[in-house]
Amino acid sequence: MFARGLKPLSIASVVLVVGAFALVFFYAPNDADQGFIQKIFYLHVPLAIVALFGFVAGGVFGIRYLRDGDRAHDLRSYVAIHLSLIFGVATLITGSIWAKASWGHWWLWDEPTLVSFLIVFLLYACYTPLRFSIEDPERQARTAAVFAITAGAFVPLNFLAVRMAESLAHPRVLSETGGSMPGDMYLTFLVSLAAMAVLFVTLCKYELTSKEASMRLRALKRRLAAADDDAWTPTARSAAPQQL
Amino acid sequence: MPALPLDDAGPYVAAAYLVFLALILIYVAIMAGKLVRIARELGELSELVERRERSSGDELSTPAGEAVPR
Amino acid sequence: MRRAVEAVVRKDLRVELRTGEAVPAMLLFSVSTFVLFHFALDRRSVEGDLAAGVLWVTLLFAAVLGITRLFVAEREQGGFDGFLLAPVDRTSLFVAKAAVLFCFLVAVELAAVPAFAILLLEPSPWGAVPELVAVLLLADLGVAVVGTLIGALGIQTRARELIVPILALPLMLPLAIAAARATSPLLLEAGAQALPGRWLVVLGLYDLVFGLLAFAVFDFLLEE
Repeated sequence: MFARGLKPLSIASVVLVVGAFALVFFYAPNDADQGFIQKIFYLHVPLAIVALFGFVAGGVFGIRYLRDGDRAHDLRSYVAIHLSLIFGVATLITGSIWAKASWGHWWLWDEPTLVSFLIVFLLYACYTPLRFSIEDPERQARTAAVFAITAGAFVPLNFLAVRMAESLAHPRVLSETGGSMPGDMYLTFLVSLAAMAVLFVTLCKYELTSKEASMRLRALKRRLAAADDDAWTPTARSAAPQQL
Repeated sequence: MPALPLDDAGPYVAAAYLVFLALILIYVAIMAGKLVRIARELGELSELVERRERSSGDELSTPAGEAVPR
Repeated sequence: MRRAVEAVVRKDLRVELRTGEAVPAMLLFSVSTFVLFHFALDRRSVEGDLAAGVLWVTLLFAAVLGITRLFVAEREQGGFDGFLLAPVDRTSLFVAKAAVLFCFLVAVELAAVPAFAILLLEPSPWGAVPELVAVLLLADLGVAVVGTLIGALGIQTRARELIVPILALPLMLPLAIAAARATSPLLLEAGAQALPGRWLVVLGLYDLVFGLLAFAVFDFLLEE
């Protein structure tokens, strides 16, 4: 069910990511202020944007699951949030490296986007433990959906609040390049953004296909083993959805 | 803030891109593990089916065995 | 629906008055935390930003204690089943519990804020009491709404005491930011300054967004 389009998507990912990195290092000019360091921007910002959209998508799938009860939406929600967490880790690490390189500190409280992102990340890090602590699969899916929706609504509010809190006292440090970019930098940025977005969707599909295959296998095993009782193994507790 | 010269800046940029690469490759490794598990379970399933066919094959050798579809 | 809400609120408040499980514990925790801050910060008194920070961190942690207890009786004594069987709108449970949590918070603050003023606050907050009350009420509303939602989420799990704090703290961060920034000019040594209105707007927005969200989504948490 999920595997449709996976192959062309993965080819597109390769083309876009390699193309984006090529543009970053061979085409985009060096930034006037930050010099070579600014190249991290093409990695860090697209990762952040895609992660945030992934989190919100998790909430949207949560709404769809609650609306029609189709477990496939719950699975999509889980995978979207899971992958966004990984992209989030990448965002935080690359952001920290960028901060160290340009400002000398591994973390900047002055950068509201980075701080907001940390808060959102901390919140979504609770998603998997929450799911894991509920055994009944139906209730797990529903509770997770409610959480995904709440957290999804939280993301914009959080960015607003943190931006208001920090920007009044301190000038923005890292995002100065974001304001007015020359054309070739802008193009590179757009390609990088597209690359991360397509990569995210590809990885989502990859994980969904893998999970679906495992589920189908398990169901088949149960059906076959129903005749031979010695072959049945009970499923362990899991944070991920086990059945479609 | 002053821009770091290329010699100093290089390692940081490289580190950032390497982190990205490492995360993707770790993901590949985890998915590989899942694929190995799927392959193993498929093997177990094939074995189950074979066992079933063998035992139903024994029943087919008796005259009343036409009830089992092929 | 109003009658259902009133019934649940009256029941919970009566239980609390009789058994006194949540509010005394929250209050005791708050005062102990103030003492802890005195030693941890090694200061005789705090003012301005620091005072606002100490006050709000303490109040939020005390709120988390209350949230964990909010649905326990329903879970352990079958209150959920009883409620689901009754011909009432399920969201009335949310409204009722949020109202109860709000009352608990107000009760705790009635004692904890004076305790804070006595123990740790350098300037006298008397001049800014109306503004302080406004901030406290708006923030309490937000905590009540979000806390009830988190309590309902947490009651589904096996690790309630762990899940509730780790969910509550990030979710309440915008509220903490707004409340602290709004309160800090009120607690200055040189005399209370004007309340920055924009933070009240943020608090109000937070309350509104999460209120509507929780209202829409709470039903799904109750299905069996």
